[in-house]
Amino acid sequence: MKVLVSIKRAIDYNVRIQIKPDGSGVVTDGVKHSINPFDEIALEQAIRWKESGDAEEVVAVTIGPEAAKEQLRSALAFGCDRAIHVVTDAPVQPLTAARLFKAIAEAEAPQIFLMGKQAIDDDANQTGQMTAALLDWAQATFASAVTLGNGSARVTREIDAGLETLEVDLPAVITVDLRLNEPRYLKLPDIMKAKKKTIDVRTLEELNVTPAPALEAVRTAPPPARQAGTMVESTDELVAKLKEKGLL
Amino acid sequence: MSEQQPERDVMEYDVVVVGAGPAGLAAAMRLKQKNAELNVCVLEKASEVGAHNLAGAVIETGPLDTLLPDWRDNPPSICIDAVADEFWMLDKERARKLPTPPQQNNHGNVIISIANFMSWLAPQAEALGVEIYPGFSAADPVYDETGAVKGVRTPDMGLDRAGQRKDSFTPGIEIHAPVTIFAEGCRGNCTKQLIKRFELNKDCDPQTYGIGLKELWKVPAGRVKPGLIQHTIGWPLDNATYGGSFIYHLDHDRIAIGFVVGLDYADPRFQPFEAFQQLKHHPKIKPLLEGGEIVSAGARALVEGGWQSLPRVEMPGAVIVGDGAGTLNVPKIKGIHTAMQSGMLAAEHVIATGKADGFDARLRSSDVAKELRKVRNIRPGFNKGKWAGLANAVWETAVAGASPWTLHNHADWRATQRLDQVAGPPPDQAQDYRPRDLPPRDRLASVYFAQTEHDEDQPVHLQILEPDICTSRCTAEYGNPCTRFCPANVYEMVENASGEAELKINAANCVHCKTCDIKDPYQIINWVTPEGGAGPNYYNL
Amino acid sequence: MSPNPLNVLVIADHLNNTLNASTARAVTCAQDLEAEAVDVLVLAADGAALAGEAARIEGVSRALHADHEANTHPVAAILAPQIAAAVKAGGYSHVLGPNTTFGKDLMPRVAALLDVAMVTDIMAVHGPHEFDRPIYAGNAVVTLKASADQVVVGSVRCASYAEAAAGGEAPIEALDLDVSLPTHTRFIDLEQHTSDRPDLQTASTVVSGGRGVGSQENFKVIYDFADAIGAGVGASRAAVDAGYVPNDMQVGQTGKIISPDLYICFGISGAIQHLAGIKDAGTIVAINKDADAPIFEVADIGLVGDLFEIIRDLEQKLA
Repeated sequence: MKVLVSIKRAIDYNVRIQIKPDGSGVVTDGVKHSINPFDEIALEQAIRWKESGDAEEVVAVTIGPEAAKEQLRSALAFGCDRAIHVVTDAPVQPLTAARLFKAIAEAEAPQIFLMGKQAIDDDANQTGQMTAALLDWAQATFASAVTLGNGSARVTREIDAGLETLEVDLPAVITVDLRLNEPRYLKLPDIMKAKKKTIDVRTLEELNVTPAPALEAVRTAPPPARQAGTMVESTDELVAKLKEKGLL
Repeated sequence: MSEQQPERDVMEYDVVVVGAGPAGLAAAMRLKQKNAELNVCVLEKASEVGAHNLAGAVIETGPLDTLLPDWRDNPPSICIDAVADEFWMLDKERARKLPTPPQQNNHGNVIISIANFMSWLAPQAEALGVEIYPGFSAADPVYDETGAVKGVRTPDMGLDRAGQRKDSFTPGIEIHAPVTIFAEGCRGNCTKQLIKRFELNKDCDPQTYGIGLKELWKVPAGRVKPGLIQHTIGWPLDNATYGGSFIYHLDHDRIAIGFVVGLDYADPRFQPFEAFQQLKHHPKIKPLLEGGEIVSAGARALVEGGWQSLPRVEMPGAVIVGDGAGTLNVPKIKGIHTAMQSGMLAAEHVIATGKADGFDARLRSSDVAKELRKVRNIRPGFNKGKWAGLANAVWETAVAGASPWTLHNHADWRATQRLDQVAGPPPDQAQDYRPRDLPPRDRLASVYFAQTEHDEDQPVHLQILEPDICTSRCTAEYGNPCTRFCPANVYEMVENASGEAELKINAANCVHCKTCDIKDPYQIINWVTPEGGAGPNYYNL
Repeated sequence: MSPNPLNVLVIADHLNNTLNASTARAVTCAQDLEAEAVDVLVLAADGAALAGEAARIEGVSRALHADHEANTHPVAAILAPQIAAAVKAGGYSHVLGPNTTFGKDLMPRVAALLDVAMVTDIMAVHGPHEFDRPIYAGNAVVTLKASADQVVVGSVRCASYAEAAAGGEAPIEALDLDVSLPTHTRFIDLEQHTSDRPDLQTASTVVSGGRGVGSQENFKVIYDFADAIGAGVGASRAAVDAGYVPNDMQVGQTGKIISPDLYICFGISGAIQHLAGIKDAGTIVAINKDADAPIFEVADIGLVGDLFEIIRDLEQKLA
């Protein structure tokens, strides 16, 4: 089995983001970036399949600026066999990413395309589903467990109502949720070795992909600050307020 | 722990450098500049280079000019020419302008952020072929059969709070090299072990320290005068306590404000964090900040011992450079240029000799040592209070350090008085602290702006060697000063389930300043490295 | 303005033959678009009854149902091509789903089939093609403009919209969609939450306790109250550190970031780290004995007093 894993360079989850004063976005210069945490879980799953013998090859792919090589190096240190970097400095929205992933998936022909369920920067939660749609592959999102079958996989999904199990024919896109696994720590010798591996670089032109219709970001602003509300004197008053707001 | 020592991978390098601060990176870069064939590895405990670095910082650019002659073509993003110096003496209501001490004349210097400076320098080091590994600290030095240092060990990852291995357990590795350069900064955890093991401080005074707290503010337009450098002494400190503030005017309506206090303060009830917050509310300073917002905050201990506290900086297989050794020039309030110089000197020494032996003599005959020797009596002159210190500083400056005597330093923790020795009201009453309304509200809120992070499920990295002392002796004798000197609210006295007082350690709040390791009056707090990558994430501090 | 008339199709989320309340919330959002028509589409094996339920939501123009054996369970790969066909056939300008796991799974697949961008998690509407949505876990809000000559696909943030009232009487129509459906995805089973206590991260109401609760034993009153009102349970880091509750219940910067419609916290002082985890909550109710606690600076409703007395009182009044 061959597994493709997409990763995204995103501002580290631990960084308190700052919004540019002119509202043109968030400050990304000089800010720590890491692999999107959900993508790390996807990587971990793929590497576990490799270690168990279920996967012969694991290929990491990212779309982004030159600096995203740093995250691909981490993916190689995780244990990926190869890495593909679609280099672009332009912002990439999910539908364009899906077109690129479709092109990569058609060239690589993996049985499973693993992705994080969403990236923690734009929180869009779209790319996996869109990629599956464009490929006309099965999709299973929010995976908390995956069992491989013969030409298929059973995926337990964390949904609002509980745990749903789907069976998907391979090839399929599977997006992973937090509880699937706990990613390993990278080992220093593996990081050192990963520095020496080559990364396969592609461009949109080479992949024959045109950017998809995009949404225009008009402005970025801090969320409305919460204000102190009203103080009540008794539980009766509290219950009345909650009823008034339609919350009870 | 029940488990046996795990099998450890070993990596070999020509030189391993511990710490990617100014001293460490300057050393590594100089090594590669002098001999591109050397394999040089730099370990850094922060998740990214620069993320644990905190300083004022106004720097002298000499060493940088040597290291990267063309650096001004592509300067770090925070780099502002010093325009003017001001020196203020504060009392509670007023501020009096004093002549700027000559050591603090910053003409020709630049204001930078050390965190930003280091993250700017790192890729340039990598371009020279230096291998930098952020997220990997050195837990301990390792020794060969003759007892010489042969490298370091990185910490084991994936231990739970009780020290048991989790599924993710990953043993640390050993990195070996003929020479190890320790550039850990103030109170480095390996350096501390080495000083003890090799008795490196047996012929010098004890090292002394200060704690520096710093915040970066964005303020309403029109208030900032880029390049203005202001220093204050006086309120809210009493005359016996050494310290003061710095206010550096950056570009884009940003102000770096900080406060340094000598850790030889006497009153165990004193709270450096609260004193800093008071300073911000002084009528001279508050109008600068009011209506602005805090962007980041942090704290770090700094070395103040200077020449007479400089330990022997070599031992078989290793050298110590920068603030780890103690090369900061206190009267100048600068240590970055001397740290870089000492690192470059170590590199040149290793290139010339291939070993550590002889580095101590080389450092002591260098310009770094001359600079430190010249000002050696100024800081200890303040041991007798602010006025005696200022008078002594005038004298020492006039004779350019030629006094035939050398004043001595004493360990800071010994200066702490017991509760029954301190007379008078606590500092907040004695100095008539103001009600405050500028953020951060408290230390926990300040930690938020340090963006500090530690996985909660790992062994506590602040080891209390004799926990009984905390609740028995310390509470009675000193009133648990750890709950006050820690700027990050790591230590709390709480009531346990059976109603007894108990020390609670919020290790996840730690900003790696090392103050507790230094100031604890019983010397029973041992700061060890947490998992790599943990700790604060400073940007532009 | 769009050259085409504004017609909105809202995709209904349902389970066990009942409409999910998120459907009526999506209808409220759709009304903000000032569309000429807001239709609701139910995809089910037999959706007539569900469509009847949708028809009673105020503001709905038509309640449509597309019935198919394959729609017995909501499988995105099977539903998406039907919705895409319905959008094209109906000439809709907008397709909205709720941002529940159903909508999150489904709507991007619909957008890709229509070859258009999608707006996830709409929290405000500024016009038919301009929307606010949260990014960076709610730490920023971006305003997005969608192209006026393309269909807008979006998911609606439930916490931002109240349910549209009942009382409508829209016509019910069956849709006959002639679409070939994939067989590569098969529903196996659904293990519904057995416990009555909903998951902390998805619960619409969360009750949480802090150090003020005092002990692990005392925390029982928090659980009991939560169960009485069907809420999830969270805690502050102080309560976790003190060992009252396990780590995975921690709400805040280093714990879970949640956005329930209602967040009721007992004995939580409101450290900035905790607030980072609830800034997206709908309504925050704080109960604390310290009137100066910072939590009251952000709470929508505050009550000062003994949490144990108050919780007992509330339980009696609400259960």
